[in-house]
Amino acid sequence: MVSPVGHTVAESWGAVLNGQSGVSAIEHFDASQFATQFSASVKNLDLSPYMTEKEARKNDPFIQFGMAAGIQAIEDAGLSIENTDAERIGCVIGSGIGGLGSIEDTSILIKERGPRRVSPFFVPGSIINMIAGNLSIKYGFKGTNLAITTACTTGTHAIGLAAREIMFGYADAIVCGGSEMATTPVGIGGFGAARALSKRNDEPTKASRPWDKNRDGFVLGDGAGVLVLEEYEHAKARGAKIYAELAGFGTSSDAFHMTSPPEDGAGAAKSMSNALADAGIDVSQVNYINAHGTSTPAGDKAECAAVKAVFGDHASQLAVSSTKSMTGHLLGAAGAIEAIFTAMAIHDQVAPPTINLDEPEDGCDLNFVAHTAQKMPIDVAISNSFGFGGTNGTLVLARVKA
Amino acid sequence: MSSIEERVKKIVAEQLGVKEDEVKTEASFVEDLGADSLDTVELVMALEEEFETEIPDEEAEKITTVQLAINYINENLA
Repeated sequence: MVSPVGHTVAESWGAVLNGQSGVSAIEHFDASQFATQFSASVKNLDLSPYMTEKEARKNDPFIQFGMAAGIQAIEDAGLSIENTDAERIGCVIGSGIGGLGSIEDTSILIKERGPRRVSPFFVPGSIINMIAGNLSIKYGFKGTNLAITTACTTGTHAIGLAAREIMFGYADAIVCGGSEMATTPVGIGGFGAARALSKRNDEPTKASRPWDKNRDGFVLGDGAGVLVLEEYEHAKARGAKIYAELAGFGTSSDAFHMTSPPEDGAGAAKSMSNALADAGIDVSQVNYINAHGTSTPAGDKAECAAVKAVFGDHASQLAVSSTKSMTGHLLGAAGAIEAIFTAMAIHDQVAPPTINLDEPEDGCDLNFVAHTAQKMPIDVAISNSFGFGGTNGTLVLARVKA
Repeated sequence: MSSIEERVKKIVAEQLGVKEDEVKTEASFVEDLGADSLDTVELVMALEEEFETEIPDEEAEKITTVQLAINYINENLA
């Protein structure tokens, strides 16, 4: 994982448990004319363990982040073509937008200096499937190779669909997740124009405040999350480190509006209930929800309503938190880093906090793990993602008992 | 002012991610310096930039070694 709060899973998870915000004023371009002047960007990432300078120069930062996260995951899992049939290892890694910064820069270059100046690496250094492509080339993984693009649900869908490839018997292991680097002028300008972003420029670290009365939009974040999903017996047989079981996956569509959910969160609820049904798990068995919780006025309320609709009386027993309060919203990487946080919550038996939740919105009365992490038994946890276009996804993760 | 040879070698080293002392005059971009087809396109672009010229595609395809790059610049710009 590469995130605004750390350059590895250990760093990021540690920061999240401590309630550290990764949000700060934008320094990588002049944002003084923008309504929003802060982001949750990845700072000072040393790429040298992951690629040469020449490779780094050819690739948009979203590919750099995705490669770094992918290499970390593959090394941690000990997955290789030495211990697994190369044709049965796949890569399913997406991005919400892809090489936005490279597209912007190249557009400007063409306008200012003409088409002859376009780099031959512009296309392979910008397109969305190149993390999956580059990892397959680096490691010799010859199985299915895909990129999912479903806005903010990208990472969740990539993981869920990768699991189905394994379930259907097409692969033994799949490297899956999502990556994003959209805190560029066009990204900040575009989401700002859609009235999606917080404008709390005087207090960036307090801008992402899911379910708080004073929330005013999400904070755009950068980074990548990549996991290795592996068929259980296969992983066990080779002695791989197992963090959690992916027990179920559900999807749904709001069929409602380009950017807003319906007030009752019906699509979100259907996504959760589909995932639980897929896992064969009763609502009463769920302990923790890593919510989509972006800190937008409409989205947070709808998700809260959806949780209540799905879980009924059990909703009050759940811990529900939004790690986006610290990482910001990583769009296509969000579901992936949050699946990792959810797995770590199960592994370490602790629910990460929702920071900045000072005064909950009326009707938002669940245990949102305000401010401080909570040690608790977690056997089953779910992770939600809901994206523009009304596309939803939920993963169910469960504890693997030794 | 550096010589044309020095300037060409510096650019080759930067573009192909190799050390300047590895860039021998007789070195082939693909065979000796690890370039692929896209690297060579970008290298020619960098030479165009450095020497403020346009190298036509049919000429660019013939520039496959450091020496040939130096020759081209000498013949067309010197």
